[in-house]
Amino acid sequence: MSRNDHFVAPVKGEELVIDRVAVDAKRSNLWLDAWRDMRRRPLFWIATVVALVIVVMAIVPQLFTNVSPTGGACQLLQSNEGAAPGHPLGFDKQGCDIWSRIAWGSRTSVTVGLLATIIGTVIGLVMGALAGFFGGWVDAVLSRIGDIFFTIPYIIAAIVVMTVVPKDERTVLVLAFAIGGFSWASVARIVRAEILRVKQADFVMASTALGLGRFRTLISHVLPNSVAPLIVVATLSLGNNIVAESVLSFLGVGLSGSISWGADISQAQSVIRTAPMSLIYPSLALTITVLAFIMLGEVLRDSLDPKARAQR
Amino acid sequence: MTEEKTLLSVRDLTISFGKGKKQREVVHGVSFDVYEGETVAIVGESGSGKSTTATAVIDLLPGTGQVTGGTVSLNGRELTGLKRSEMERLRGREIGYVPQDPMSNLNPVWSVGFQVKETIRANGLASNRREVHKLAVEVLQNAGLADAERRMHQFPHQFSGGMRQRALIGIGLSADPKLLIADEPTSALDVTVQQVILDHLAGLTRDKGTSVLFITHDLGLAAERADRIIVMSRGEIVESGPSREILENPQHPYTQRLVAAAPSLASKRIQASVVSSGAIQQTSVLLEQEPVVEVRELVKEYQIRGGGLRSTPFRAVDGVSFQIPKGKTLALVGESGSGKSTVAKMVLQLEKPTSGSVLIEGRETTSMSRQDVFDLRSRMQPVFQDPYGSLDPMRSLGSLIAEPLKIHGIGDAASRRARVHELLEQVALPVSLAERYPNELSGGQRQRIAVARALALKPSIIVLDEAVSALDVLVQDQILQLLSDLQSELDLTYLFITHDLAVVRVAADLVAVMEKGRIVEQGTVDRVFANPEMEYTQRLLNAIPGKDLKLGAA
Repeated sequence: MSRNDHFVAPVKGEELVIDRVAVDAKRSNLWLDAWRDMRRRPLFWIATVVALVIVVMAIVPQLFTNVSPTGGACQLLQSNEGAAPGHPLGFDKQGCDIWSRIAWGSRTSVTVGLLATIIGTVIGLVMGALAGFFGGWVDAVLSRIGDIFFTIPYIIAAIVVMTVVPKDERTVLVLAFAIGGFSWASVARIVRAEILRVKQADFVMASTALGLGRFRTLISHVLPNSVAPLIVVATLSLGNNIVAESVLSFLGVGLSGSISWGADISQAQSVIRTAPMSLIYPSLALTITVLAFIMLGEVLRDSLDPKARAQR
Repeated sequence: MTEEKTLLSVRDLTISFGKGKKQREVVHGVSFDVYEGETVAIVGESGSGKSTTATAVIDLLPGTGQVTGGTVSLNGRELTGLKRSEMERLRGREIGYVPQDPMSNLNPVWSVGFQVKETIRANGLASNRREVHKLAVEVLQNAGLADAERRMHQFPHQFSGGMRQRALIGIGLSADPKLLIADEPTSALDVTVQQVILDHLAGLTRDKGTSVLFITHDLGLAAERADRIIVMSRGEIVESGPSREILENPQHPYTQRLVAAAPSLASKRIQASVVSSGAIQQTSVLLEQEPVVEVRELVKEYQIRGGGLRSTPFRAVDGVSFQIPKGKTLALVGESGSGKSTVAKMVLQLEKPTSGSVLIEGRETTSMSRQDVFDLRSRMQPVFQDPYGSLDPMRSLGSLIAEPLKIHGIGDAASRRARVHELLEQVALPVSLAERYPNELSGGQRQRIAVARALALKPSIIVLDEAVSALDVLVQDQILQLLSDLQSELDLTYLFITHDLAVVRVAADLVAVMEKGRIVEQGTVDRVFANPEMEYTQRLLNAIPGKDLKLGAA
């Protein structure tokens, strides 16, 4: 090829259409893309199945065991006995069936964990959204309140609250508030940052120019574009909150009179040398549950972030 | 011309992205040569593979990109398959690189001087501290930064965009490479800055005999700056040859379209494809009509925080006045920071003016009640610059187009759906798109959706804030044609905000040139372009790349 040649590529048969609309192209939006990515990942399916099993167990523990976890079914004669037919994990100090206690105990863990997460997320969402969207003094006040709550370790705060509440008033809701009411500050920070980012987008200005009010802009455009990280944080904190419930029960300030993994772990402390299994099994149940939710959160985070998706 | 020696030779280069089953070839067998001392431009739209080809030459392909076939050789030495360490030795010393975005290509935590010195040390040009410093100052001076000695210690944020790009060019040329690859080096800069920088770059490379591989989307710029042009489309070279020849005698249908669509000063005003029945108005008559939009002595001041509690007022807009007659387009043109977008926001009632007034259809808006402003919004709609940011990604296109109807309580669900379909047809998009989401569309298609949304309430005024600036030339041409068709069909009045004088030439009837918050000159496009009265306007016009070329005149 010499320097001053004028090269022209052979013209292909197809007509030159500028900016053709791909009507048959694959559907795509944030959630659909995330779903397509997630369903190809084994980790997502493992975490989902485990989480589902645990939730079903919490709702109908009878499906998993027909042995009662309390009362007459507990025979002190069987105290710390190993596995027996119909009792796959053996018995604890009180002679109760460990598997049955794990199945029934999931109810407390999951309900308290879920409720606390919902409470924490809703408070955090409202505080963060208002602070981020309205800015100015609203932001200053709400963010400082958030900072104060941020400095209080929520476990300690929950212990204080539960100690103050008389034993017979320690309901699921009180416990959930004690945990969720002190763990919303990080959610608020994330929501605020996300709202600040989305608020800058041109489509928000476009809505204002259409005549949409500030509050309705927040609800219909800004919030839906800010929830993705919130869902990730909520899933991750679900795991934390389940742990928190167990910690409180372990310390004896959990729900009174209900079966809980934390309480069982606490009970088993004294026999850790002679019957370690009565400590290990409920701990394992707790670990698997928390891991399942945290894994789910991680998968969600990776799949909702197009940048992280592209790197794999 | 003396003996021709090939410097860079690319043969049958294929490049793919992705791994395994997802691998996708984006450059399909590209061959070209760059001779010593010449400037070659690769021109193409976004996605044509022009930048990919250039980055493959220095082995800087992003992510999963890899060369899957063909050869690249520099001075007869094969570059594909070189070891990383060998390639690193080559970069800088043999091949220099000037990246596209001056804003993100300097590390903000190190001083500019440090980054120049780093290059000098990495290329082994000097090792002694004093020598390195001396050389670094020299590099910046050569790049056209006056008082380089003082500037050495400054950080990138203290540099303007043009100064950063100078520093990057200096870095790229610091080791006297034989080949300089400049990837859209001035796309982010104002035209006047672009001109100065490219003149400087041309001077430097001419003196040193450096070959330049210039990547650009702007055909006019390529024709003005390069000896030869390579036109790429969809990963293939469709045409290549001497610049003049390509422009004056394009052979491939794609190049022909590209040359025809490129707006330039020689182009004519785009006419609606359906000829309007009314007689063509003389421009003098234009100004006597009752204005639909009138801006009087508009001023906007911002408080810039100084140290402590002090704050100094900054006049972003300083006494701006103009009028737009019904059914006409006024282009407000200026460089970045001239205050043109602030004026648009005040007209749109998104910002309150410090003083002065905006009259829409004869009514004063500054003292309007909230309800009146709300009603006004249905008469006046914006289309914003960024087609990727101005549509809410979580909403379907149908619901986005219907949103203005919903907000203003017009019609029921069924009639709104009918109107959405009607609007989609008006902007030449298939009706089936109503169910789909913004990120399924290209930039030009999104901008059509934005136009459809703006038209939903049947407004009489549309404010187009850099509405075509982010689009490729061919798509830009299409959208401008669409806007022109809609204008004559619906008798719309446009306020057109842009930095691109060539676009003004084809899209506007009237023009107001802004500089530092003031309008320095206004009048009909024909008059201002033919006989600019102000020196600033003259300078802007001169800076347009390819101004003498007969681009888009067909």
